[in-house]
Amino acid sequence: MSTEPAPTDPTAIGAWSAAGDRPLAAAARGPAGAGVSPGRMVLRRFLRHRLGVISAGVLVLLTLACLAAPLVAALLGHDPNLVDLFGRFAGPSASHPLGTDELGRDLLLRLLYGGQVSLFVGLVGAIAAAVLGTLIGVVAGYLGGRIDALLMRLTDAVIALPLLPLLIVLAAVDLTKLGVPEDVARAESASLYRILLIVVLAGWTTVARLVRGAALSVRAHDFVRAAVALGARPVRIMVAHLLPNIASPIIVATTLSVGGVILTESVLSFLGLGIQPPLPSWGNMLTNAQELIWQAPQLAIYPGLLIFVTVIAFNFVGDALQDAMDPRAHEP
Amino acid sequence: MLRYLSHRLLEAAVVLLGMSFLIYLLLGLMPGDPIDLMASGDPNITSADLARLKAVYGLDRPLLERYGHWLHGALTGDFGYSRLYALPVTELMAPRLGNTALLMGASFALALVLALPAGVLAAVRQRSWLDYGLNLFAFAGISLPSFWLALLMILLFAVTLGWLPAGGVHAVGDDSLGNRALHLVLPVLTLTLLTVGGMLRFTRSAMIETLRADYIRTARAKGLGPRGVVLGHALRNAMIPVVTILALNFGTLFSGSMVVETMFAYQGMGKMIYDAIIGNDFNLALVGLLFATLLTLLSNLGADVVYAWLDPRISYVD
Repeated sequence: MSTEPAPTDPTAIGAWSAAGDRPLAAAARGPAGAGVSPGRMVLRRFLRHRLGVISAGVLVLLTLACLAAPLVAALLGHDPNLVDLFGRFAGPSASHPLGTDELGRDLLLRLLYGGQVSLFVGLVGAIAAAVLGTLIGVVAGYLGGRIDALLMRLTDAVIALPLLPLLIVLAAVDLTKLGVPEDVARAESASLYRILLIVVLAGWTTVARLVRGAALSVRAHDFVRAAVALGARPVRIMVAHLLPNIASPIIVATTLSVGGVILTESVLSFLGLGIQPPLPSWGNMLTNAQELIWQAPQLAIYPGLLIFVTVIAFNFVGDALQDAMDPRAHEP
Repeated sequence: MLRYLSHRLLEAAVVLLGMSFLIYLLLGLMPGDPIDLMASGDPNITSADLARLKAVYGLDRPLLERYGHWLHGALTGDFGYSRLYALPVTELMAPRLGNTALLMGASFALALVLALPAGVLAAVRQRSWLDYGLNLFAFAGISLPSFWLALLMILLFAVTLGWLPAGGVHAVGDDSLGNRALHLVLPVLTLTLLTVGGMLRFTRSAMIETLRADYIRTARAKGLGPRGVVLGHALRNAMIPVVTILALNFGTLFSGSMVVETMFAYQGMGKMIYDAIIGNDFNLALVGLLFATLLTLLSNLGADVVYAWLDPRISYVD
């Protein structure tokens, strides 16, 4: 793994990010770096990764389609939550392009609105988890000592524990018993925020380890010692010297974690403990699919297929980003 | 080594204690109260009866005192009763533990048998079509929603083809070995597919890393053929990180097993814990969760010991 920028390695991420200011030095390192800014170099390397490019395209299209859900709803002339008990399990038609579900609701519209929820949870959850992980990693790596030992033990424990049953308990906790007012706890958006909180609690560990390792090693660099000698405070060292140096691994780890977050959300929603209906998500659209599998197998296909395509696309994009941002990955 | 082990065991005990309190606390925050559940079954119950019931079960005591009471019981071997089944928790867990061990063990072994050779092959033939194909397969495996894969397996093998049963441990009135094995096929296959991708990718990258080492160059330079280099020098060294990561993945495997058991109505630990959480069977959920945590901690400890055994450069003597 190439998570810690080694101070002696000339192609380490830290040294490499300054390549734009020194085109000659960059050119000496290989044809890809000849006089180009780091951003452009990453983009060029990314574009060479065919699966990554296709996946990014799929994700953009999917996001646009989900955002256009109200437009599609207006075009088709119905509401995603409109129940039509006489039109249950209808096949594809002009007014229901993918047919209807067990309550006669339009499947396409529910997929698009559900996609908004699933993509929102995936992106916001992954980013929020990365922010928490960065904070914990910085505190552990920079303060060191007992705090570091304690935080890293906690990280190890969260990584190793059988998380799903614990998350199920968290998802089932009655918020009113914690003193949350009844109307807030029962609001439609409550399940959305709760699931965000849960995926953040489960997902911060990778970034925390990454940042902690970098924070430890950055303290030994001469430029950091110089900054300390000049009177820079820890916060400034972290923001000005540490974070720019490890931005790329954090971006890669965050992209790779979006898929995992979407999977966690979908399994909890599927079990009836995540996003609560009538708010659709790809996971809760499959909740009834198992009982209906003999009757309407098509209902079990679409939502799961969309989860799968989205997750694998994020994984491919993350993989391509990793190759593009880590120069060492290109050595034979 | 002995000092290291005792240190780690102590640490595991502390983690377990912390988890027991955390889970106790969280389960107390779940919707539904055991007394309310009893009351809802009996319309003639009075508030005085309710207060008396609360006193009998000790629910009028403060949280810490209740937890202390439970802990004392657990430490002296009394894990309490299940509310759903009206049986001692330990009696309920034993057969389910066996079922889960069978499911997880079979899937783990099958995934290992598939992933190790495939990962080594992909690493040796890096950037070939075989490598790309295996990589694609591995990515698909780690991106599949577990419950959806289970649904698809049921749809294909039980609904459409009708070859295999859709769920259960054995058919009603037929608990022969053959019938049990038949019911195990789909769950094992599903859990294997969910596990094999990650294993494959990990084996591949560990092998690639090892093939770059200096001693591999030396082995090639002295004229050793590709087979000798890979099997004689690279494989053993590449296996060191692989073994560790596999044991560290016990928690993930258990989570996967929980979903698979629930989907196939397979009576294992995962399904038992899920049913207990959903059915307000707090004591069963608590003990089940703690037992799963204990197994995870022990498997992590095992990973470290095996790591030291495989790699003589690592020693745990402080």
